[in-house]
Amino acid sequence: MEKGRKLRILVAKPGLDGHDRGARVIARAFRDAGFEVVYTGCHQTPEQIVSTAIQEDVDIIGLSILSGAHTYSFPRIMELLKESNAQDISVIGGGIFPLEDIPKLKEIGIKEIFEPGAKLQDITDWVTTNIQPRQAVALKAR
Amino acid sequence: MGKKVLSESALERMQTEYNEWLAEYKQALQKMPERLGRFSTVSDLEIKPLYTPQDIEHKDFFEEIGFPGFYPFTRGVQSTMYRARLWTMRMFAGLGTSEDTNQRFHYLINHGETGLSTAFDFPTLMGYDTNSPLARGECGKCGVAIDTVEDMQRLFANINLEKVTTSMTINPPASIVWAMYIANAENEGYSRSKLGGTIQNDCLKEFIAQKTLMLPPEPSLRLVTDTVEFGTREVPRWNTISISGYHIREAGSTAVQELAFTIYDGITYVEEGIKRGLAVDDFAGRLSFFWNSHIDFFEEIAKMRASRRLWARLMKERFKAKDPRSMLMRFHTQTAGCSLTAQEPYNNIIRTTTEGLAAILGGTQSLHTNSLDEVYMIPSEEAVLIALRTQQILADETGVTNVIDPLAGSYFIEALTDKMEEEATEYIRKLDELGGMVRAIERDYPQMEIADAAYHFQQQVEAGEKLIIGVNKYASERRELEFVLKIDDTIEKMQVDRTNQFKEKRNKDRYRRAMDELRRRCEGPPSWENNVMPALIEAVRAGATEQECCDLYREVFGVYTDPGTF
Amino acid sequence: MDIVEQIISGDVRATARLLRDIDDEIPTSKEILKELYPHTGKAYVIGFTGSPGVGKSTLVDQMAILYRKEGKTVGILAVDPTSPFSGGAILGDRIRMQRHFLDAGVFIRSLATRGHFGGLTRSTNDMVNVLDAMGKDIIIVETVGVGQDEVEIANSAHSTVLVTVPGMGDDIQAIKAGIMEIGNIFVVNKADREGSRKTIRELRNMIEIGCRRGGSNGWEPPIIETEALKSRGMEELHGAIEKHRSYLLSSGEDKWKEVIEKRVRIQLIETLKDQAFRTLLDRMEARGDSLDELVEKVVDKKSDPYTLVQEIISRELG
Repeated sequence: MEKGRKLRILVAKPGLDGHDRGARVIARAFRDAGFEVVYTGCHQTPEQIVSTAIQEDVDIIGLSILSGAHTYSFPRIMELLKESNAQDISVIGGGIFPLEDIPKLKEIGIKEIFEPGAKLQDITDWVTTNIQPRQAVALKAR
Repeated sequence: MGKKVLSESALERMQTEYNEWLAEYKQALQKMPERLGRFSTVSDLEIKPLYTPQDIEHKDFFEEIGFPGFYPFTRGVQSTMYRARLWTMRMFAGLGTSEDTNQRFHYLINHGETGLSTAFDFPTLMGYDTNSPLARGECGKCGVAIDTVEDMQRLFANINLEKVTTSMTINPPASIVWAMYIANAENEGYSRSKLGGTIQNDCLKEFIAQKTLMLPPEPSLRLVTDTVEFGTREVPRWNTISISGYHIREAGSTAVQELAFTIYDGITYVEEGIKRGLAVDDFAGRLSFFWNSHIDFFEEIAKMRASRRLWARLMKERFKAKDPRSMLMRFHTQTAGCSLTAQEPYNNIIRTTTEGLAAILGGTQSLHTNSLDEVYMIPSEEAVLIALRTQQILADETGVTNVIDPLAGSYFIEALTDKMEEEATEYIRKLDELGGMVRAIERDYPQMEIADAAYHFQQQVEAGEKLIIGVNKYASERRELEFVLKIDDTIEKMQVDRTNQFKEKRNKDRYRRAMDELRRRCEGPPSWENNVMPALIEAVRAGATEQECCDLYREVFGVYTDPGTF
Repeated sequence: MDIVEQIISGDVRATARLLRDIDDEIPTSKEILKELYPHTGKAYVIGFTGSPGVGKSTLVDQMAILYRKEGKTVGILAVDPTSPFSGGAILGDRIRMQRHFLDAGVFIRSLATRGHFGGLTRSTNDMVNVLDAMGKDIIIVETVGVGQDEVEIANSAHSTVLVTVPGMGDDIQAIKAGIMEIGNIFVVNKADREGSRKTIRELRNMIEIGCRRGGSNGWEPPIIETEALKSRGMEELHGAIEKHRSYLLSSGEDKWKEVIEKRVRIQLIETLKDQAFRTLLDRMEARGDSLDELVEKVVDKKSDPYTLVQEIISRELG
């Protein structure tokens, strides 16, 4: 990591589900791990999430969902990141997913899925190990 | 037991023998230490190894425990309790389309369920029709999609609405969905004065915990009070608010926080009703409550017993209620969704049984027992039947319903009941000091208390101080159940088409007039003349959809978003 | 296109990335800032300050609506505190600005204080310059709102709005001293609450005293009553900001020049301090001197801070 770099993470809740216990607990855990956490609150559309991720220049997006609407929102978020040329932003998910959906989510580029019972420590460790804050921008295009 | 039941000499002997036991206990621990560093409830309330008559020596039996059906109702709200009538077995159900849910209702009734409870999908809960762009991917997933009065008709087809009571878990749009229910029932030939049921309609706990957010607190309270006023005058058998601790607890609160914040929400609703000009005894009897039954068996029983006494005292002393019915804490209970595990899901049956038993010993008026697969999804038919049967076995086989409030007089239960009341009273005092619940919510006070408790619990789990079988003890891999319900993504388009067709065929003039009248009432000062309910009933009859009414609310009253502070 | 061109053309991704590099003190960001500087000076900068929970974010959200209605583009920098224990932060101000998330005319960035005191971050002024170069017409800076020493904003913004709510008597006492220096406009938000009359009266008294002492410079700060959640008083607040702006612009060249000079002076001093400190530190490091050793020396009473600093300065700069 470059000197002075801080990892920035967006914790977002897509969809209309307001059950934010998990999102709030994990946001605190990320803060306590030394990350800068941008929290969107509940009820975000994929468009809002991607726009926020870009404006806030985060390294990773953590999506929390319990409603089953991930079949729509997760692929849509991946699609929008691609359209915005922002595929370098990693995406992870937490919540309840039917087991058969998990490989499908990984196939579309979700880096990791954390299920109920996942330890906070394991999640923050995973982020620290797997996510590198990006390089500095260069003055002249390379 | 009773005030000074123990004589001076008995007390003395008690103390001496207690000390002897304690010395023996400590000595024994030298050889084999206590299993845990600290024994505490799931809410982290510390528990002593032994309770004795000394722990309840200060109690006055008549003032604090008394008899069931009599003030302060610690032992139950009816004199007969389950010897005359069991609690209502009310399973929360809603899935897919209105037809799918109607089918589930009939299935449950055919298997012995005695009341209905409706789960709506997220767009309906948030005041959006299925065709809203915000509703993409949500239709029917976590409940049933209700956009129009026609959906309501399909939902309750072939169900006698004067015989069965219906609970509807709906909050910001509660007035609209209730209007649809009343309009449909009248279309089917039932009389509104004979309709019985409950709308959850508890906007305050949404700000605190569940975050089904739509309008700011003040207009939300105005709409709640409109329904209370309308119910008092026109639908007298309806419970117009189900003041809910359930979601507060699921958000991670302690038992005491659930008790205190919920009761304070109740205080706020009573104050609003009085401000509207209603007499407390005219409406307080129709307020009902909703508790979570979590995994810590005795803590839950104590909480429920304390809730009855606390509410009765508040109604009598703070609000000067005269009618004993105004003082009754009648409540529904649901076993704790957050205690279920995705790992080894069959274990959830055992958790639910324990929690259901606590609710029964706590004296609940109705009960939803979670299905073992509810941790993943809304339940399958197979799982919901086991959950319903769990209640029926507890009711008919175990004998726990033979006697009223069987745990009364237990040194531990009475002491814990007192502790619950004491600590909740302290929170109530703090909330008074903050200027009431709305102000406290604006300052994020209850939200922060809950978030702190949730984080604390999670850290305890990770440190192994709180154990969850299959998760942090005997941890196991998750396996899929053989019967997981799947909601077909194609029903979304079907529902969108249906709602669009419904809107096309409505009488435009009648619809316009009805919406104008609704707007006029919303914009006017709160009063019976401006009560939204009559205008809503006409509006939904005239073809207004749920979202159209909510959009009008949002326009007139403004939109509230979660402050989301940490 | 290189990064400078991208930012000047309003590219969101490029801007967002440069802001991060500035915040993280990546050396190359200074080079880019140099090239962007000629393109700054067009934006109007508004500061919002006041204690936690007074409704700053909601007011900022509402002001952004009004400026967007005028067709102006808006940049928002919102500061939240860094946890002193972990160095992490939860940044949640933008929750109250959700309506703008999909508006290409609004750019919102959340910042953490990272141990900096004074209400802003070390990087805020540089970031304002970037948003200015990016072409944002209005830049709104929301301070962290944890203490009463948040005076920095007055040097960063053209107009500063000081927000309070009824019943925060201590607040007013604390801002009393520097009241005229900080606030150009005062807002009593949540004005429907009890005690609002009293708060307004107290504020008015203080402003009058301040004006009499000659702190006003010809501008008498107005007090605006608002209920941001209900959009009440927003037109008035917007009007007051615009009035202050035209006051600065129209009272001859002087006032505007004064404000600009003050901003530049502060930024110059801050940059100088920052760079000088950094240069010194780098040189010491190159020599193998560590700050820890110096600390130890003082703790062990082998030396004192004054002698040590003198030694360093004369060695490195003398």
